[in-house]
Amino acid sequence: MNNVVASNSIRFVVLLLVQVVLCNNVNFMGYINPYIYIIFIFLFPIRETRMVLLITSFLLGMLVDMFSDSGGIHAAAAVFLAYSRPVLLKSSFGMLYEHQTIKFSNTDLGSLITYVSFGTLIHHFVLFSLEVFNISSILLILKKTLFSSIFTIILSVLIVILFSRNKK
Amino acid sequence: MQQIINFVIRNKTFLLFLLLFSIALALTIQSHSYHRSKFINSANGLTGGVYGAVNSVDKYFDLEQENKILSEENKRLREQLFNSETTADSIVIDTSYSSGRYRVLVADVYKNSYSLTNNYLTINKGKKDSVKQDFGVITSKGIVGIIDNTSKNYATVLSILNKRSRINAKLKSSNHIGSLIWNGNSPEFAQLIDVSKFAPVKVGDTIVTGGQSAIFPKGIGIGKIESFETDISGDTYTIQVKLFNDMTNIGTIYILENLDKEEIKTLESSSDE
Repeated sequence: MNNVVASNSIRFVVLLLVQVVLCNNVNFMGYINPYIYIIFIFLFPIRETRMVLLITSFLLGMLVDMFSDSGGIHAAAAVFLAYSRPVLLKSSFGMLYEHQTIKFSNTDLGSLITYVSFGTLIHHFVLFSLEVFNISSILLILKKTLFSSIFTIILSVLIVILFSRNKK
Repeated sequence: MQQIINFVIRNKTFLLFLLLFSIALALTIQSHSYHRSKFINSANGLTGGVYGAVNSVDKYFDLEQENKILSEENKRLREQLFNSETTADSIVIDTSYSSGRYRVLVADVYKNSYSLTNNYLTINKGKKDSVKQDFGVITSKGIVGIIDNTSKNYATVLSILNKRSRINAKLKSSNHIGSLIWNGNSPEFAQLIDVSKFAPVKVGDTIVTGGQSAIFPKGIGIGKIESFETDISGDTYTIQVKLFNDMTNIGTIYILENLDKEEIKTLESSSDE
């Protein structure tokens, strides 16, 4: 139990620092940044209650917001992703989720990519809608969502594979 | 009563989600209104400390660039100095810092963003150095923004690359004024709107600060006119301004404090009555 708390706390801090120090400054093609801190929400233990996930996601988002002076957009997007996680888990892992036996370290790659992709798209769409905050710029929102999502999905899947598969 | 409690317990996750989501939304909406003192910003010990640690490593990579900028500025200042000596009979007033009305502070940029729709910089001067809201921020090339939030040691700067930013500017060649805004697209360009159609607008002309607000002195460089068009009503020009500053690469900035600000404010508020 303590082990789970410790590893998640470390993941929280490391992802936050990597996000604000490195990923916020990528600016590929001028505006494309990956938002990899949501890996924390993806990998959060399934057995924990959803209340804990919601609160920690909110805190994580709030801290990212604090570092990037963006009001509350990351907090809102992170909480939204955390709330919709069970639906995502059910649709990408099916029976495994029903039995609460998902181990992210040895699920098959296809389901993992589906899970991460849909989660990222939801998160980024909420994020950029709030950032642009103007419904007439829907094309800009969609463009930002699409390009940043591709970046985030590739990085997230790589990080999840690299850091959880060899710990078997 | 029992039923209400049951309802809350049954839907506790959803209610918590609603609560947290609306807090985040409220903070987002609040951050869109100009100069509302914000609860969440990067002018605090935690973020300042982290950015400071990164900056202490990061700034070594820009040293060469910084040196070049400094020597260019020195060259320009020296030229001004020598040229004013040769015309000693006519008193040259340096309009950019006229007669000590402005106090200048130097600060390092700890964080700079330019890819969002609302960009802020974080700098390492704060209340301790008597930096306050609404001080102007420039570099040797041109304007950067306006101080927004301050903490003891740090401050955030509302960049001109921010949809909330609105800065009084004018054509250098005439006195036609306009407002400098940003449309959120490219960090190289800002837009000057509400310029009268009688203004002699030419591609390549310089845009400078207007000096109508107490924030910036008159005549600080902003950029060059890239292109212009009349807006839909046909009464005003909308001008694309290519900024002098490379907003993606800002290392050291100057903070300007207008020492007459209080006087101007009192005067303006008394004439409002």
